[in-house]
Amino acid sequence: MTDSIFYKTALEVGACLERGEVSAVELTQAVIDRTAAVDASVGAFNSINAEDALAQAQDSDKRRSSGQCLGPLDGIPVSLKDVIAVKNSPLTCSSKMLQHYVSPYDAHVTEKLKAAGAVLWGRLNMDEFAMGSSTENSCTAKTANPWNLECVPGGSSGGSAAAVAGGETVLALGSDTGGSIRQPASFCGIVGMKPTYGMVSRYGLAAFASSLDQIGPMTRSVGDAALLLQTIAGHDQRDSTSLQRPVPDYLKALREPEKKAWRIGIPQEYFAEGLDDEVKVAVKRAIEFYREQGCEITSVSLPNTELAVPVYYVIATAEASSNLARYDGVLYSHRSQAATNINEVYFKSRAEGFGPEVKRRVILGTYVLSSGYYDAYYLRAQKVRALIRNDFVAAFKQVDVLLTPTAPTPAFKSGEKTADPLAMYLSDIYTISVNLAGLPGISIPCGMSDSGLPIGLQLIGRPFGESDLLTLAQQFECAHDYAEQHPLLNL
Amino acid sequence: MSVEKIDIDYVANLARIELTADEKIQFSAQLDHVLGHFAKLNAVDIAGVEPMAHAVPVVNVWAADEAGEVLSPEEALQNAVEGEANQVVLPKVIGES
Repeated sequence: MTDSIFYKTALEVGACLERGEVSAVELTQAVIDRTAAVDASVGAFNSINAEDALAQAQDSDKRRSSGQCLGPLDGIPVSLKDVIAVKNSPLTCSSKMLQHYVSPYDAHVTEKLKAAGAVLWGRLNMDEFAMGSSTENSCTAKTANPWNLECVPGGSSGGSAAAVAGGETVLALGSDTGGSIRQPASFCGIVGMKPTYGMVSRYGLAAFASSLDQIGPMTRSVGDAALLLQTIAGHDQRDSTSLQRPVPDYLKALREPEKKAWRIGIPQEYFAEGLDDEVKVAVKRAIEFYREQGCEITSVSLPNTELAVPVYYVIATAEASSNLARYDGVLYSHRSQAATNINEVYFKSRAEGFGPEVKRRVILGTYVLSSGYYDAYYLRAQKVRALIRNDFVAAFKQVDVLLTPTAPTPAFKSGEKTADPLAMYLSDIYTISVNLAGLPGISIPCGMSDSGLPIGLQLIGRPFGESDLLTLAQQFECAHDYAEQHPLLNL
Repeated sequence: MSVEKIDIDYVANLARIELTADEKIQFSAQLDHVLGHFAKLNAVDIAGVEPMAHAVPVVNVWAADEAGEVLSPEEALQNAVEGEANQVVLPKVIGES
């Protein structure tokens, strides 16, 4: 077992497990030790249970030694964002509202991971109820970017990105409503993928904005993202938006990549004002790489891009105001001790249980749905959403995938944007259109800034174009060494 | 749609959230700023455009009328703030203003 086993990919450690070079218990102990060494500084986890993880690993080793291995994930630690239910584990959504909540059931993705023999390890920090772009809206812990502890890890799946980047787990799941997997992946120098809406069941994912939320993989390599997506995708009748489609063999698509002259579209609107120079240079270098590989590079237009932020914040907050109405202090969420009647239970429990960003968004969402404003804001936003989707439909008539920056800048400093919600919202500008249109998107590392912070590029595909994205992402990854670069974290 | 100012007391009441005086001042200013950004949507020609609620067509899902696995009363109530005899206890509802 090498010292840096905690930085190997799942496919690498899976091969080590298969050859008997390492046991699941040793591997799990390695990430537990790594977490003990660095998490006081990184703060990726809301809670951990080492004893439980080691017991799962022991079970995995027993299965393997008796010839009953459950597949390539058997014995590999996987950590979940604290918004995905695991039976008898805390599910806090990084909110005081659910501080003491213990989930009575498994999410669909959790069932899939358990059936694959994965070792479920810890609960990962996030922005409260997945609302934010920096993980600074968590009520539980402060998560730092492992590449520079003064910077944010991105959000809302900041704990997932930091844990994967810092070697505190092998694989992680995040959720992405407006970029919450891809933006932190970009900030922390890892791979993050949002699948096509409907490919992964949302059953057991605490809802933020139901028409936009998707669960997806956050990993140290493109191959690992394929492996994890393969495991969690597929139809589930408990989610009415889960699609009845066969899941393609993503790993086969990587082993036997489709040989064709890929047509890559570059949306001009994504390279306009506001894009950091270093990010622009890194992404343009990636475009040149693909051109040299024989891809056809075409300039395309997504003319409604600048409307995506307002459309998103109308629709997402409207859906959130409805979804979060359930946290009323009555059944299972925080209840104010100061309440003396039922109205005070509602008003005071929500005042004490929600943090400032959640309150702002619930109020904004309530406003855009309220009598007299519904048509002006919500209905109008739904119509403009259709125009944004139509832009993509037109672009995909010319090209196979789109290539863009994932975020306008590398990771920013903690506290830099907390006082200005609109500035924070605008940091999602390149990712939210993908959610509005329901498309798949992947962020992969494509460079480092002069100050040593990772830069990510985003590939956007047609609906169900995950194999295309993974194929092109792997082509880039294999020709560069970003997947082998890890933060030093010399603590 | 003109640029509106949010009536924070009215909307916070609809949202059932008690706000402090400081929160009211802070949120009003921040949300007015965000609403100003939303005004961009005013200029868009949306004549004849159908609203889009979901990225994929959503169809009704039918399930067979069969009993499946459900949570036991104990499991369902394990997170209840206050419970008694498999029920959730709340302050008196009737008779309060």
